[in-house]
Amino acid sequence: MVTAHVQPGVLDGAAFRADFPVFDRPHRTGRPLSFLDSAASSQKPRVVIDAVADAYAHHYANVHRGIYELSEDATHRFEAARDALARFIGAPSAREVVFVRNATEAINLVAYSWGRTNLHAGDLILATEMEHHANLVPWQQLAAATGARIEYVAITDDGHLDLDDLRARLARGPRLLAVTHVSNALGTINPIVEITRMAHEAGALVLLDAAQSVPHMPVDVAALDVDFAVLSGHKMFGPSGIGALWGRRDLLDAMPPFMTGGSMITRVTLDGADWNEVPWKFEAGTPAIAEAAGLAAAIDYLEGIGMAKVRAHERFLFDQAWAALSDMPGIRFLGPDDSDEHAGVISFMVDGVHPHDVATILDGEGVAVRAGHHCAQPVMLRYDLPATTRASFSVYNDLDDIVRLTDAIRVTQRTFGTA
Amino acid sequence: MDNLYRDFILEHYRAPHNHGALDPHDLAFADSNPTCGDEMSMTLVLDASKQRVADVAFDGRGCAISQASASIMTDELRGMTLDEVRDMDPRDVVANLGVPIGAARLKCALLGYKVLQGAVTGAISHWPDEADVLQKGPVS
Repeated sequence: MVTAHVQPGVLDGAAFRADFPVFDRPHRTGRPLSFLDSAASSQKPRVVIDAVADAYAHHYANVHRGIYELSEDATHRFEAARDALARFIGAPSAREVVFVRNATEAINLVAYSWGRTNLHAGDLILATEMEHHANLVPWQQLAAATGARIEYVAITDDGHLDLDDLRARLARGPRLLAVTHVSNALGTINPIVEITRMAHEAGALVLLDAAQSVPHMPVDVAALDVDFAVLSGHKMFGPSGIGALWGRRDLLDAMPPFMTGGSMITRVTLDGADWNEVPWKFEAGTPAIAEAAGLAAAIDYLEGIGMAKVRAHERFLFDQAWAALSDMPGIRFLGPDDSDEHAGVISFMVDGVHPHDVATILDGEGVAVRAGHHCAQPVMLRYDLPATTRASFSVYNDLDDIVRLTDAIRVTQRTFGTA
Repeated sequence: MDNLYRDFILEHYRAPHNHGALDPHDLAFADSNPTCGDEMSMTLVLDASKQRVADVAFDGRGCAISQASASIMTDELRGMTLDEVRDMDPRDVVANLGVPIGAARLKCALLGYKVLQGAVTGAISHWPDEADVLQKGPVS
C-alpha cells in the first residue's frame, strides 16, 4: 500500500500537469487522465506547443537558403536548436549533431552509411537481446546486405545484460556494439561506462540507443565515451518528427551520405555532386524546422527542471510503485528490483489476465498504460511471455497515479476473479 | 469498463469451446497478432465430400477477447461449406461477441477469423480493413 506518511514526491506532479494541456482533456470516464505511457511517447507542455506555433507564425522560411531576414531568422533558430541539443547531451560540438526524424532513422543512418562502407563479409556486429526492434532490424539488414554476422549479448534472469557473455563475445572482435542505455521493455539501466570500456578495449565502436535515457536522466555522451548516440524528440516532451544522431566527428566526416538530394551538397553537376560538411551532409531536403523549435523549447523545459531532479522524481515513483505492486497478490515483474539499475518503467504481469485485457480495464479506470511486446519481441521470448503490461513515469506523475494504478489492477483481478 | 468483460466473454475465456488440436486433420493454419505477439493455430476436419467442416479446434494463448471470439466463432462452423466459411463477414464475427469492440482491440477480436481464413484459403490472409469492420459497427 502507498501510505500517507511517505514523502509526497521529489517534484510536484500536479504543478507539472498544469503545464500540459492534455490533462485538461476530459476522459470518457469523467476521471482525470492518469498517463503512465511516457516511455512510448511523452505528453507535450504548452511551451513546446507554443514554440511550434510561434515558429510557423513568426519565424518561418526555409533554412540554409534564403538571402532575406526571415530565412536568416529561421536558420539561426534551427541551428540554435542544434546547439541546445548538443549542450544538453554533452556533445563536444554541435557539428556532431545530425537532425533526423527519430532514433530509428538515426540507427538506420549509421547502419547504411557507416555499416555498408566499413563492414565486410565475415565481420561481426554485436547487439543485445534487450534491444528495441529499432536497434535490431537495421543491423540484421546490414548483416544480410554485407555478409557480416550478428550476435546478441544475453540477458540474465533478473533483467541485466550478462557482462560475462558480453566479454566472451567481444573476444571475437566485433566491429560495433549496438546497445541500449535503458531497456524500454525491462526498465534496466545498463552500465554504459563499463560496457564502452570493454568494447573499446576489444576494438569495437559503440552505438548507444539513448531514446529512453535522455528524457529521464542526465546523459553526457562524452563522459559515456560512446561513438554514436541516438534519440527521439517525441519522448522528451518535444514534437514527433524530429530526433538526432550524435556521432564522433572523425567518424561522421568519413561516412558517406545516407540520403541524397538538396541541402546536403556543395556543388552539383549533371555528372555528380560534392557533399556538404557534417552535419548537413546527412540532412537532405527541407528538415523539420518548426519541430526543431519545439525540441529546443522541450530542452529548455527539461533544463529548467534539471535532469537530476527528473531522475530522482521518477526513481521515487518507481520505488513506490514497485513496493505497492509487490504487496498485491498475483503480480510478477520483469527487470532488476534495485532502482539504482531501473528507470521509471515497470513491466509486469497480472497472473491469469492477458496484458491487453489489463490495459483495457485500466483504460476504463482512466489509467493509460502500454500492453504488448513493446517492440522488443526477443525480450518477451527470453522470458517466455507473449506480452507485458508496462507503466512508465514522467514529471507529471505522482503518488496519486500509483494509487490509481493499483486500484485499477484490483478491479482487473476482481473482474477476472483471479485474486 | 464499458461492459467489455461481460460474464459471457469471461466464461468463453476461462473455458473456451473447441479448444485444442485435432489430429488427424484436413486443414491447419497458424497466425499471430502483431500488436501483442499472440499466436493462434486452428485445425479442421472435413466431411467425406471434403467440402464441409465436420470438426474444428483452435489452440494458443491470448487475451479474453481473442479467445472468446475464436470460441464463439468456431461453435458456428460445423456443417458449413468451405465456400461459406470463405464468405464469412468479419463484421458478424465482431458482432457475435456482443460487446463493443473499438479499433484498439479489433485485431484481438479478428485473430480467430484471420487464422480460419488462412486455413480455408491456404495462405496468410489480410487483416480486414478496420474502417469497413467498424463502420457498420458491432452491436454496442
